[in-house]
Amino acid sequence: MLSTLFEMFSYTFLVRAVVVGLIVSLCAALLGVSLVLKRYSMIGDGLSHVGFGTLALATAMNAAPLTVSIPIVVAAAFLLLRISENSKIKGDAAIALISTSSLAIGVVVISLTTGMNTDVCNYMFGSILAMSKGDVNLSIALAAVVLVLFLLFYNKIFAVTFDENFAKATGVKTELYNMIIAFLTAITIVLGMRMMGALLISSLVIFPALTSMRVCKKFRSVTVCSAFVSVICFFIGVVISYIYATPTGASVVIVNIIAFLLFWAANLTIGRIKK
Amino acid sequence: MVITCANAAFGYEGNTAVDGLNFEVKSGDYLCIVGENGSGKSTLIKGLLRLKKPQSGSVRAGDGLSPAEIGYLPQQTAAQKDFPASAFEVVLSGRMGARGILPFYSRRDRAAADENLRLLGIESLRNRCYRELSGGQQQRVLLARALVATKKLLLLDEPTAGLDPNATADFYELVAKLNRGGLTVIIVSHDVASAVKYASHILHLRKTQLFFGTTADYLTSDTGKLFVGGERDA
Repeated sequence: MLSTLFEMFSYTFLVRAVVVGLIVSLCAALLGVSLVLKRYSMIGDGLSHVGFGTLALATAMNAAPLTVSIPIVVAAAFLLLRISENSKIKGDAAIALISTSSLAIGVVVISLTTGMNTDVCNYMFGSILAMSKGDVNLSIALAAVVLVLFLLFYNKIFAVTFDENFAKATGVKTELYNMIIAFLTAITIVLGMRMMGALLISSLVIFPALTSMRVCKKFRSVTVCSAFVSVICFFIGVVISYIYATPTGASVVIVNIIAFLLFWAANLTIGRIKK
Repeated sequence: MVITCANAAFGYEGNTAVDGLNFEVKSGDYLCIVGENGSGKSTLIKGLLRLKKPQSGSVRAGDGLSPAEIGYLPQQTAAQKDFPASAFEVVLSGRMGARGILPFYSRRDRAAADENLRLLGIESLRNRCYRELSGGQQQRVLLARALVATKKLLLLDEPTAGLDPNATADFYELVAKLNRGGLTVIIVSHDVASAVKYASHILHLRKTQLFFGTTADYLTSDTGKLFVGGERDA
């Protein structure tokens, strides 16, 4: 087992991937708690599709993927947030609209430029080879921003998540904090998307939060627990994908599913014992 | 005078939801705002909380009352009912408005949260999970949160919706006790019977102000007779 790990980490590209992946898992899990509780789970999914479109555009324009993706996805996040707050088109429909649109645009752009090839498959389902050295540095810097902002605004995020009306009435600038949540989510999604894949990245946001909510009863313990669950699941997923040569993103999601089922069962058992 | 409404009107995107509002709330009053669904009660609440500007007229707050000093108990949302948070975490979040830009709670904030849990007799629920509490207990936790935010004015929006009759009676008694302790209370309700029983003043809305005055006057007024009588028949 240990020798497998040593062998695995003798590849530089794998070390990079694991570093970026662990950071992204941590950020996604922290934000996920708030997003799931605010009923915004689908925003993560919508944003990853927008991200797919922007990756395709970046490839077509021969630009660095992250520099194109981040501003567009952040803009889309603000837009989705605005729409789900007040609009004639309801939130879930708006998200479906935007995500399918960007998917379609992305596919057309790719087929016009490079043609449908393995690139598309990599965008959709992720590739462990996608991380360059620059990406790692950028990821670490952005992740630091996400973590610091999250810690600083932890109490505000709780207040806004639990009861937006109350928070607003007592003078908390809820729009600002909603925008911060959307901004951090957008960055996290873009960072993790190329490894996990556009279709799978939102699982990093949703699964850890739901998993820890099976067992934990306090907001703080849910947050801490989902951070651990997410990081551990990612690591196990990467190791499995290395040993069995399965796609990384999908392997991580499968480990997350197993964790969810385990926690669920644990909760049922605890409930039985208490009765 | 805590709040004075002079000829105020509130609405959405050009449509007026409620107008002709002329009333005042003095310190220590217990005002109940009654009216049917769609009579403009919720819109008026937003106005009183300064979340909505009056389309015309004015709402003035006296005694240096700022929005952060209104203890608000909003209607529960579906998302809250299964929210993983301890009662203490919920109550503590009432201090958020007073924190301003500062990121963390102080020892005094925590003490205030504990004090209000004791005041409402729910200190035993401190570490319990909010979603596992009964409806009445949840309302008490939210009331404690509102009290943590202020000791001046309490604004309650349909606080007993979804509670069983016993829990409803308990809740009204609790609010009446706080009011006797000097807290100004504004409560929105369509439960006219309880309103008449506990409130010192009544504001009756139906798109416009039908009645404002003391409860005793309300019972002898035409509006009051019709509405209270109608409720009893129903």
